[in-house]
Amino acid sequence: MISREVVETVAKLSRLYLEEDEIVLYAQQLSQILDTIEELRQIDTDNVEPLAHVMPVENVFREDMAGECFRQEKVLANTTEQMDGMFQVPKIV
Amino acid sequence: MTISRLTIHELHELLIKKEISATELTKEHLDRIRRLDSNVKAYITVTDELALKQAEAVDKKLAAGEKIGMLAGIPMSVKDNLCTEGIQTSCASRMLEGFKPQYNATVLEKLKAEDFVMLGKVNMDEFAMGSTTENSAFFHTRNPWNPDCVPGGSSGGSAASVAADLAVYSLGSDTGGSIRQPAAFCGVIGLKPTYGAVSRFGLIAFASSLDQIGPLAKDVTDIALIMNAISGYDKKDSTSANCNYPDYTASLNKSIKGMRIGLPKEYLGEGIDSDVEAQVLAAASKLEDLGAHVEECSLPHTRYAMPAYYLIAPAEASSNLGRYDGVRYGLRVQAKDVASMFCETRKQGFGPEVKRRIMLGTYALSSGYYDAYYLKALKVRNLVKQDYDKAFTQYDCLITPTAPTTALRKGNNQNPLTLYKSDICTIPTNLAGIPGLSLPYGVDRNGMPIGVQLLGKAFTEPALLQVAYSLEQNTSLTRLKPNQGKGI
Repeated sequence: MISREVVETVAKLSRLYLEEDEIVLYAQQLSQILDTIEELRQIDTDNVEPLAHVMPVENVFREDMAGECFRQEKVLANTTEQMDGMFQVPKIV
Repeated sequence: MTISRLTIHELHELLIKKEISATELTKEHLDRIRRLDSNVKAYITVTDELALKQAEAVDKKLAAGEKIGMLAGIPMSVKDNLCTEGIQTSCASRMLEGFKPQYNATVLEKLKAEDFVMLGKVNMDEFAMGSTTENSAFFHTRNPWNPDCVPGGSSGGSAASVAADLAVYSLGSDTGGSIRQPAAFCGVIGLKPTYGAVSRFGLIAFASSLDQIGPLAKDVTDIALIMNAISGYDKKDSTSANCNYPDYTASLNKSIKGMRIGLPKEYLGEGIDSDVEAQVLAAASKLEDLGAHVEECSLPHTRYAMPAYYLIAPAEASSNLGRYDGVRYGLRVQAKDVASMFCETRKQGFGPEVKRRIMLGTYALSSGYYDAYYLKALKVRNLVKQDYDKAFTQYDCLITPTAPTTALRKGNNQNPLTLYKSDICTIPTNLAGIPGLSLPYGVDRNGMPIGVQLLGKAFTEPALLQVAYSLEQNTSLTRLKPNQGKGI
């Protein structure tokens, strides 16, 4: 069972504000989902390698050459707040 | 014959014989969207001006006697998680409402090079998380076969637009069944290609190790033609496969005599609707009649794929969706400091299912739970893949249901766990990175379409298309049309 404290911690890590009713609902639903997932413990995986990716590729590099890139105005085109060609956010320090 | 019902290759013939112009064809589809989409609600954005401009360019080429490609002038729809330059790409989320990408996804650049015609962007579950398209932040899409049913998801807008003849074909994306399940629910064909066969550049990421773009269309030849255009190596996608890509139409006419086809027992029986099961067995028996050897086989870890997926996909999503912080694009909710701005933006921008999956994924990756959940799931993923590897030493392909049931009723899908189970037949494919094709094969007791799924080893799409084509040519069960009176 997932406690409301765990839900609150996970929400904080996820950068999500939750309402009271959401905390209660997610505690209940995440518990149900994790109960189903408990089924995985039945399988012996001691000698199994984890598979994060099906492609047999490791690092993919390109030549260290300057290529075409977006102009500043294109990069900034979808932000709501900008100043002097930069993304603007609330004061940090 | 109604023009809007025709396939890509049928329309191509009419275009090159000058029996119809690309502009007329596009106008016909735009007119249908105007008249009928208020019932289906497939489209989030209709790009009529652009579509007519693209069609006109094709007509100019035809008038000048230039040769045109198979997809030239054919009107289609695009799932709203594929970046389209200057055109809203919302992922059906409040978070990206109004977001206009500065570039095209590679698949759209490739289609542009083929002189395609884009009618618009279609609805989906928010950030592709869901199986009903009811998680769209904007509106629900209806199943053209029965407006009280969902079109499936997450590519529900794609499937509904093709089934209702509001597009000749569509591009969708599939992370755990999101092309194949809606294709089955709406009676169209859907292909999830091998992981790496189609560039994901410009596909807004959900779970990067599972996501794959693919086509939904009205017949098997069309699927092959679309694959010819969209597959291939792309240096902009570091997981793109650098190999030789076939002409996907080349295998269609080959006989399936002697092909070995497995019928995995874990995909039948408990939890599978009896009508669905009966049609899968009927399709298998048809393949035997056509000279294939069909026999039962076993993929013992199948039942563990769903729980493994619901750790891996949310874990990847929680990381991928970390980028929505209100700073560079999408929604920004003003607040007194940066941290509150992030949290308020994400609270208001994301819907309930997206939040649920971010929470689940963050939990699975958090310290103290990582080994027990995430790492365990990755090991199980390997077992699921090994099951397939073993099966494909004996069989050329496998036949299964696409989904355990036909289309679900609308408005009855609140329990996330129940819904997660509707992907049990499609999820293992994504974990293993192999291709899967859903083909309509008859209808159930309520007249709703049933999908059978063909699975193959990585990069054996030509074999899947060959089997699907031979079913299509030898029965009337694969080209289904909704009853226009009852549906739209």
